[in-house]
Order: sequence, then C-alpha cells, then structure tokens
Amino acid sequence: MITVIQQIADYLRNFSVGIAGAGGLGSNCAIALARTGVGNIYIADFDIVEASNLNRQYFFLNQIGLPKVEALAQNLHQVNASINVVSFNERLTTDNIPEFFAQCNIIIEAFDKADQKQMLAECVLQKIPDATLIMGTGLAGYKTTPFQTSRFNKLIVCGDMENEVDELNPPMAPRVGIVAMMQANEALNILLKDFTLKK
Amino acid sequence: MKINLNNREATFEVTDLTIAEVISTCNFTYKRLVVRLNGKVVRSEDHEITRVNDGDKLEVIHLMAGG
Repeated sequence: MITVIQQIADYLRNFSVGIAGAGGLGSNCAIALARTGVGNIYIADFDIVEASNLNRQYFFLNQIGLPKVEALAQNLHQVNASINVVSFNERLTTDNIPEFFAQCNIIIEAFDKADQKQMLAECVLQKIPDATLIMGTGLAGYKTTPFQTSRFNKLIVCGDMENEVDELNPPMAPRVGIVAMMQANEALNILLKDFTLKK
Repeated sequence: MKINLNNREATFEVTDLTIAEVISTCNFTYKRLVVRLNGKVVRSEDHEITRVNDGDKLEVIHLMAGG
C-alpha cells in the first residue's frame, strides 16, 4: 500500500509554488514545501548568503558567499532530489514578477522590507490573478504575541500583525520559522483541496 | 453605512467616506498597506479620491518589515 504521505507527494508533483525572497521566510517555507513534495519551486532573490543570515535562514556555514538561490536550490535537492527548482538570481520588479511566476499556482511573499512587500502584493494581485498570494507580516523578536491568519480571495496573510522588525526587535529563528511554516501550511491546504486518498 | 472590512462588518456613522478616511477613522497607522476595494487593488495615491459605499468589501492589509 502507498502511504498517505507518498500519495500526497505524488499529487503535489504537478504543482508550482513561487517563493519571492530566499531569506528567513522564503528559505524555510521552501524547505517545508520540498519535503512535502511540491514538484516545482520557483525561487527569486538577488542576495548572497552572509554569516548574519544563519540565525534564522536555511543555509549552512559552507554556503556563505553563494547566491541565496543557488544555496537554497542545493538544500532543496538535499531534502528532495526529485523536485524541479527554477532559480532567478535578480531583484524582483513589477516588470519581471508576472513572467517569472507565470506558472505558479501559489506565490509566497517572503521579502523583508515593507515597501517591497507592497510592490509584490500589488503586482501579483493585479497581474497574476489566478495565483494565490500568501504573505507574512509581523514576526520580529521573541515575545509570545499570538499568530493569526487572515484569508481573503486569492490573498492570505500570516503573522502576528504587530511586531515589526527594527533595531531592538530583530528577526529570530523561532518566530520567523513559525510564520514560514504557516505560509507553507496554507499553501498545502490550497493545493490539496481536491486531493482524495486512495485506499 | 455598513461595509465588510477585513471579513468583519464595520459600521460608520457617516456615509460616503474615502478609503483614506476609513483608514484614519480605524487608526490603521502602518505606513505600508495593501488595499483592495471589492477585489480590486487601490494604490496609496488613490486612497484620497476613492469612495467607499454602503455594502462594499474593503481589505486593508498592514505590511510590517521582517522576513
């Protein structure tokens, strides 16, 4: 008998998820989606891995200096060799977002700066109307503010809706990781809505 | 007027508010917002000229730095 986990992975093979930003949210979310078997993962980031990223991002010491998309593609394939990873090592703009994410059923917003989150959200909601955008907002520090999820048409927002990153309130592994996993779970919930188990 | 604001019913004593007025009445203070009125994105520069009417569905998403 094929296990439930394997049946889910087989079903997810045909789907595509875009990850806008391979930092704390994006790298952790992508790893969770790769583990569950999402077949095509499109990752975009212009940055390189730095030592200061390792407090929360899914990279390793020997990857410092590599482009984040390259390092993340390596790590995704270490977790699941059978998935297809498409990398884009450039800054996302309103000009290239519609083309790069055109095939994606779901797009994960994983930027750090608020103005970039706004640019991506407005662009995706207007120009890729068939995709669902899953955003992260409110994840800084280590207070125990409860997390929430708001669901709208083709738009889902995960986070504590309160704790913004600033000098005294840095992004840290636990709360960034929680929001990344909330985003991954919302993605699975959408992709698996018509999934039926075979006995 | 009554509108649906972020999936909840919200009542305002006056009718005919702009999006900017709804945002300020509700104390939505974050600088960066994504706003959709009846499913359509309304950019920041249009908040002061876009009217919200009874029965409208308005979404105001606060964007916070961090990721």
